Amino acid sequence: MEIQVEYYLIISTIMLFAGVFGFLTRKNTLAMLISVELILNATDINFAVFNRYLFPEQLEGHFFALFAIAIAAAETAIAIAIIINIYRNVRSIQVKDLEEMKH
Amino acid sequence: MDITLNQVVFFVVAIFITVFSVLTVTTSKILRSATYLLFVLFGTAAIYFLLDYTFLGAVQLMVYAGGIVVLYVFSILLTNSDQSMNKKLKMSKVVASLVTAVAGAAIVLFILLTHGFVPTASAEAGELPMTVIGEALMGSGKFQYLLPFEAISVFLLACIIGGLLIARKR
Repeated sequence: MEIQVEYYLIISTIMLFAGVFGFLTRKNTLAMLISVELILNATDINFAVFNRYLFPEQLEGHFFALFAIAIAAAETAIAIAIIINIYRNVRSIQVKDLEEMKH
Repeated sequence: MDITLNQVVFFVVAIFITVFSVLTVTTSKILRSATYLLFVLFGTAAIYFLLDYTFLGAVQLMVYAGGIVVLYVFSILLTNSDQSMNKKLKMSKVVASLVTAVAGAAIVLFILLTHGFVPTASAEAGELPMTVIGEALMGSGKFQYLLPFEAISVFLLACIIGGLLIARKR
């Protein structure tokens, strides 16, 4: 007996909605970014699983997951640069302190 | 009904990922949150290894577990954000978020379990050979990915320049 497709998808669903819950409840921008990472990882699992079980002829899902990892890394780097810059200006990275976005 | 080694590993990884992804969003210390995120990323890499996508798992370990988590830890320590995590949330907001997440998960799980996927291949097809990945990544034909590869490289360069511009001292 093999592992079913659905089992993998159940894990990624739990991960995705844990990320959604964290994104809604956190007030710290870094903690929100960590939740976004959970969401992105859940979609990457889905791409790999669909590619492996349902469409194994070509490697679309594999490469989509690969490029998504690269884009997520770049996005995180830029977001952290922005957050550190905000901290330098406002001395806080709480969401409620970020009301004025212009000088 | 025999239980194979793959299934044992899968269920251990499944419980691991579930527990740590919930802990990531519920713990009150942000450094612990980043550590639990690291464990979730390890679990994701283990799932790629179980699917025999060894290259993808290695990339996941190197880029996420090796690079991104270090960035997170550095920025957490730089921004001194541990005190700001203790702010109390309104109970109504927590309940609303919980209802959103649970309802969304219930809908997605319902659709997923009643859809009836038809697997066309077995996961035990063997490891994806490295030559296949290399040729697909470097070729310019149909189902080959040279253009996205180049686009990603330009994109990473743009991100480096953007990060430097944003983070420099004025």
